[in-house]
Amino acid sequence: MYIPPSTAASPLVVWLNGQRLPREQLPFPDGEVAAAIQTGSLCEQPGLIKTARGWRCGRCGNDDRHLFASFPCARCGSDCAYCRKCLVMGRISSCTRLVHVTMPLPSEPHEAPLSWDGELSAAQAEAAQAVRQAVLDRSELLVWAVCGAGKTEMLFPAIAAALEEGWRVGLATPRVDVVRELAPRFRQAFPRVPLAVWYGGSEERGRIAPLVLSTTHQLLRAYRAFDVMIIDEVDAFPYSVEPMLEYAVSQARKEQSSLIYLTATPSRAWQRDIARGKRNAAVIPARYHGHPLPVPVLEWCGNWRKRLERGRLPENVLAWVRHRLEQRKQAFLFVPHIDELEAVAGLLQRVDPRIVGVHAEAPDRADHVQAFRDGRVPLLVTTTILERGVTVPNIDVAVLGAEDRIFTESALVQIAGRVGRHAAFPDGDVRFFHHGKTNEMVRARRHILRMNEEARKRGLLRP
Amino acid sequence: MNCLLCHSPYNPITSWRQLILLEDPDVLCPRCRGAFVLIDGRLCEMCGRPLEEAAPSVCPDCLRWQDDEQWGRALVKNRSVYLYNDWMKDVVALWKFRGDYIVVEAFRRPFVHAFFRHFGRDWCIVPIPLSRERLDERGFNQAEALARLLPSPYFLWLARRHSEKQSKKSRRERLKTDNPFFLADHPPLDGKRIVLIDDIYTTGITIRHAARVLLEAGAAEVGALTLVRA
Repeated sequence: MYIPPSTAASPLVVWLNGQRLPREQLPFPDGEVAAAIQTGSLCEQPGLIKTARGWRCGRCGNDDRHLFASFPCARCGSDCAYCRKCLVMGRISSCTRLVHVTMPLPSEPHEAPLSWDGELSAAQAEAAQAVRQAVLDRSELLVWAVCGAGKTEMLFPAIAAALEEGWRVGLATPRVDVVRELAPRFRQAFPRVPLAVWYGGSEERGRIAPLVLSTTHQLLRAYRAFDVMIIDEVDAFPYSVEPMLEYAVSQARKEQSSLIYLTATPSRAWQRDIARGKRNAAVIPARYHGHPLPVPVLEWCGNWRKRLERGRLPENVLAWVRHRLEQRKQAFLFVPHIDELEAVAGLLQRVDPRIVGVHAEAPDRADHVQAFRDGRVPLLVTTTILERGVTVPNIDVAVLGAEDRIFTESALVQIAGRVGRHAAFPDGDVRFFHHGKTNEMVRARRHILRMNEEARKRGLLRP
Repeated sequence: MNCLLCHSPYNPITSWRQLILLEDPDVLCPRCRGAFVLIDGRLCEMCGRPLEEAAPSVCPDCLRWQDDEQWGRALVKNRSVYLYNDWMKDVVALWKFRGDYIVVEAFRRPFVHAFFRHFGRDWCIVPIPLSRERLDERGFNQAEALARLLPSPYFLWLARRHSEKQSKKSRRERLKTDNPFFLADHPPLDGKRIVLIDDIYTTGITIRHAARVLLEAGAAEVGALTLVRA
């Protein structure tokens, strides 16, 4: 088949530009795709790349031997390896070909795109300026902002500047809930700018727009698409996803682009880099309302696991719970694992039957969280998975078994960060019940103290 | 070792027996393994679904089949390994629709066990085929993947015309539709006992369509071994 070369981009090129997809996923006749590859407007690459130790997935970057398997492939008639890591996006096997457009995306400038008229706090304004500069310089910046600092708003000036230049902005975050929650806020702030929201099952996923909000997984669709790449809650990515995110970001952004990381709890390596001046960072140590962060109290509670086996809870934990119930103050109680969650929730339901336990995989999770928000549930027992995102105005927080491996410095800082986020209730109790203090607990507490101190020094706290 | 399904680490050596007989360790962690429900106890003689103690030995669905002139004797029996619970639905979706072929390894031991318990080496194994289009789309045939687990050879004596996905049709629609199966290359089938292999037994229509094609070609009897009884 011969397709005459034309000056205008073909529908296939327009549709695909900014994405990289398996050839069989393109909704165009294969002859058309083949012709476009022939003329050089599309580029085809192998889905899996052979390495010295096995394979690397061209889409998600996975090269862990355990996350590859093989099958007798009916398409190519031989034994095909495939990547198990990014399977949810459609299987990439050794006979899969990934296709992308060779020419760059055309730019579309927007005039005065921002119509948000809120006001930034002094700390936010400082950081907003730094982000804007980094975007214009196409450089890298880490924004280290405490939980409740108001990160989203301080991105607005930078995003507006990028849109005026005709650039594309991509914001990736690990969780679907965050994508869904951010979308209306961005629509309101940039009402005339097309916005695409990418998550598993969304109609718009893969559609290239000046503004794109995406989950990590869906970001794997993008290829050389963004002039500004913003990664929200970098630290929130589970261990297994982290290398994939790094790879996804490297593929999704243009070669000439800025990269902005947002986090409340940078890893220790990053903290060190910042201290040594090796990493460009803007630190916001104070919340938007100008009150200091509640400091966690570490309290020993004995061998709570053993007690749990006997169907009892440590006295001080029970007293803490009773006190919240009497004061009618809502609270979160975090436990390390699902098994303990059920046991603890069961025991506490004897104290108050309205108490519920929720874990990340619970099908009725959303209902329980909503019931908690509505105030119908006085205390929610939960695993770490809920630590981010859920904001309830006036609560206390306790961790039972804070010595568990799962409670890292960053997890504990995030947990403490649930408390006192609302300007009307800037204070609250944060308690780590433990059976032996760990370094992570001590570091988490020190982290919070240091942030408060820096905020005080920089005059960001209310007098 | 890491679990094939949840990827979390676990200790695969669970018994002395396993250690002494050098059995292959389970590819699943105890938690994932425990979420599957094996079919056990009293079964419908025909379709192999679990029955209450007091119920008659053939379930109402199968009685309806037996009353039918056309379909009554198409199948001698079906036996399934697992119940179709929510967990199984998720695992089948991962395996079949996402295309995570290796998941079939989780079924190896119970599937082989069921084959020897209900059938045996004197049965010829024939997996239910996919149409060419569906096979291209999926990359593999899940029934063939199951047949490969068994220690005897299997035979591709059947082929299939392309039709709408079974799971999108109602029972009545599925009964009415023309038989999608036809014979492929095969030796004389006279007097052969054939066990069909498939992933899910829902209404039994697919299996019976396939069975009739084989019976008309001279097979002595046709049974079915399926992974799941929906």
